[in-house]
Amino acid sequence: MAMVVAREWREIPGRYNLIGTKCGCCGRIFFPSRAFCPDCRRASIGKMEEFPLNRRGRIYSYTVIHGSEGFNARMTPYAVAMVLNDDGVMLEAQLVDVDLSKIEIGMRVRAVLRKLDEDGDAGVIHYGFKFVPDE
Amino acid sequence: MREVAVIGAGSTKFGELWDKSFRALGIEAGAKALSDANLGGREVDALYIGNMSAGRFINQQHIDALIADYTGFANKHVPATRIEAGGASGGVAFRQGVMAVASGMHDVVVVGAAEKETDMDDSSISEVLSATADAEWEAGMGLTMPSLYAMLGRRMVHEGLCTREEIAACAVNSHHHGTKNPDAQFRSEITVDTILKAEPVAEPLTVFDGAPISDGACAVILCPLDKAKEYTDTYAKVSAAEQASDTLAMFQRRSSITFEATKVAARRAYETAGINPSDIDVAEVHDEQTVGGIMALQDLGLYPVGKAGRAFLDGDTYFDAGRIAVNTDGGLKAKGYPIGATGVSQIVEIFKQLTNQAEDRQVKDARYGLAQSVGGTGSAVTVSILEAI
Amino acid sequence: MNTGIVSYGAYVPRYRIKPDEIGRVWGVDGAAMGKGLMISQKSVPSPDEDTVTIAVAAARDMMDRVPGVDPKDVGAVYVGSESHPYAVKPTSSIVAEAIGATPAMTAADLEFACKAGTAGLQACLGLVGSGMIRYGVAIGADTSQGAPGDALEYSAAAGGAAYLIGKEGVIAEINKTLSFTTDTPDFWRREGMMYPVHGGRFSGQPAYFRHITSAAKMMLEAMGTKPEDYNHAVFHQPNGKFPTRVAKQLGFAPEQISRGLLTPQIGNCYSGAVPLGLAHVLDAAQPGERIFVVSYGSGAGSDAFDITVTDAMKDYRRGNAPMLDSLLADPLYIDYAIYAKYKDIIKMPEE
Repeated sequence: MAMVVAREWREIPGRYNLIGTKCGCCGRIFFPSRAFCPDCRRASIGKMEEFPLNRRGRIYSYTVIHGSEGFNARMTPYAVAMVLNDDGVMLEAQLVDVDLSKIEIGMRVRAVLRKLDEDGDAGVIHYGFKFVPDE
Repeated sequence: MREVAVIGAGSTKFGELWDKSFRALGIEAGAKALSDANLGGREVDALYIGNMSAGRFINQQHIDALIADYTGFANKHVPATRIEAGGASGGVAFRQGVMAVASGMHDVVVVGAAEKETDMDDSSISEVLSATADAEWEAGMGLTMPSLYAMLGRRMVHEGLCTREEIAACAVNSHHHGTKNPDAQFRSEITVDTILKAEPVAEPLTVFDGAPISDGACAVILCPLDKAKEYTDTYAKVSAAEQASDTLAMFQRRSSITFEATKVAARRAYETAGINPSDIDVAEVHDEQTVGGIMALQDLGLYPVGKAGRAFLDGDTYFDAGRIAVNTDGGLKAKGYPIGATGVSQIVEIFKQLTNQAEDRQVKDARYGLAQSVGGTGSAVTVSILEAI
Repeated sequence: MNTGIVSYGAYVPRYRIKPDEIGRVWGVDGAAMGKGLMISQKSVPSPDEDTVTIAVAAARDMMDRVPGVDPKDVGAVYVGSESHPYAVKPTSSIVAEAIGATPAMTAADLEFACKAGTAGLQACLGLVGSGMIRYGVAIGADTSQGAPGDALEYSAAAGGAAYLIGKEGVIAEINKTLSFTTDTPDFWRREGMMYPVHGGRFSGQPAYFRHITSAAKMMLEAMGTKPEDYNHAVFHQPNGKFPTRVAKQLGFAPEQISRGLLTPQIGNCYSGAVPLGLAHVLDAAQPGERIFVVSYGSGAGSDAFDITVTDAMKDYRRGNAPMLDSLLADPLYIDYAIYAKYKDIIKMPEE
């Protein structure tokens, strides 16, 4: 259990606040954070800047998942989406608080904080971003 | 580098093999392949074993030692190496075996691959498979493997590259061939209509768009091409065994309706083999989800973008259609998807086709056969080409 | 410079259930029940929502409306709730992280039944007023529990609001705050228990009415004001009936409380109730308007506030986040079966 806690805890900046990194050489934005830019390689080391991503974007594609165990069982059926955010960065997350029959490619969405999972009834609760309609 | 030949191949039946353990499956596949190559076993210099997740499925790590032991190679202290690359574990293991022989380090190599899934409950199996995507930023966010393919499929339909019916037709093709393969898990035909109306898994994909949960094992025997005749008259030349990587998470790619790793591995493979896509007679592609089958035909250059779905729907992919035969063993969808074993299973089928041993599903005059194995959502892809001798 | 509200944000989950649907399941005339309580529907949190996510949603909107405020200048975050997801482990530290206020700050969770949110406001007023911190965040948020079949099930809802307290850019000055507190056990939930227990009719006169009217009268006397001096009054609203009646007892007219009375539309948001009512008033408030606020928390106590909207409201970027009316405009209605799934009433297979 303790290991699970640390593993989730160290991802809090990305999970809560969409903190990614921007390459100081080429300007490419990465999410999740990267220690160096795969394009600029060594030149980018030490030049990767923290970059808070825009929470808004558009649906690039989506699906509705049927049948799930554990925490997401109560969310089922639930939608997940690929979202191209307004910085031009692709993200993947759940899409919630939406009429599942009215989701469309191109729909405006924004990231909010929700429960992603919990380690059973006694364990830690994992929070992170999901998308909601932003019309 | 030396040229390499496949001199023997064997596969267990794929399916829910309740009465067979992981080690029993490994022994059966290895024995079949050795016997096919007319080997007693003492000739073998090294073992490469593709396996994705024995550690989670049967709680057994160190399966290289387990297989070496139970196949009798531990007595001789033959080196055994286990390889994991998600769904491409078998494909990568094959490439490692080819490299070992080509380099001159080993002469006779067994490439085995096995997965025992049904010792675990279904939902945990899905969880293990989803862990081949990015565990923190995909699986951990509630995404599953079918959902990732479903989003690709929806986008492809949105962009007019295929229709939902064409996507389903990939499974129709696999099932048709499954009826002709005694080792296949599903040996019945299926229709587009049945697939579309089945229980949804990740919309628009249904339960029949996805490959099943399976147990199974396969093995092939490799040796230098110029020594193949010392063992057998039925062998095939390995013309290429290429591999390419991409980001672990699908969303980090620059393009989302193609697996760039497939394209790159294929380009390298055609170059190494000195052939063009049009030279391929039979192809085994990774149809873990139907969408993957469509993408494969396009990314491998076997069909232009936007035309692959139509090929499945029109039956151009059938073994006897006279075009490029696809997934003649039933593919992952109908032969079964014992994850780590499939990459080698594909080589087994190509070997059979090129050595005229494919019986009811024999592709006429097959000269070049290709196998594409995919890990995760195209994070690791192998493309191998075999040539009939 | 006086201390007051610098910004605010509010959040209510999108799902709703109606009293007649709840009544249908228990063989009760739910419509009549709703009419008696003056509740037409209540909000229901999605399974992935809890007090943390509601507090974060409200706090982020609050911060979005003051882009000039550096979250690092927030010196305290207090979250008042009776449904903190953890018995031990603060909600407030999660909220602070999510708005970028950590780490040079203090945080704590508060509990005082339905008035823990306003208790946080008072704590922030003290810290800011004394100069200990530059800005403080006070949040009242709840995912209220009502036992299945209990009268509370018709009203227990979810929602919350967040307030940024400071001395700079104050849009609503808090002229005074005071409280009236006694030991009155009218409603409680023991440690480890899933649902609260209430004292039935005892929670009325000796509890809700006594504490609110006492605090209200103390405030009117202290400020030398009369009910008609206020444009709006916001009272704790466990249902629509109680605040309407207490307003009448104190001499406030129905039009003075209508803007700040949200419970008929969303149900009882417990610690979030008064903060949400006040947010709805601020959504339309004009400079110079005066607001009278009295919360109530069982157990029991009331916090009263006398508030004046300032000229700074004109430049306030209220439109940077959605107003409550637009948040409430497009709800998704659910039936009791979905409600049961969302509220974790259905027994699921063990993991």
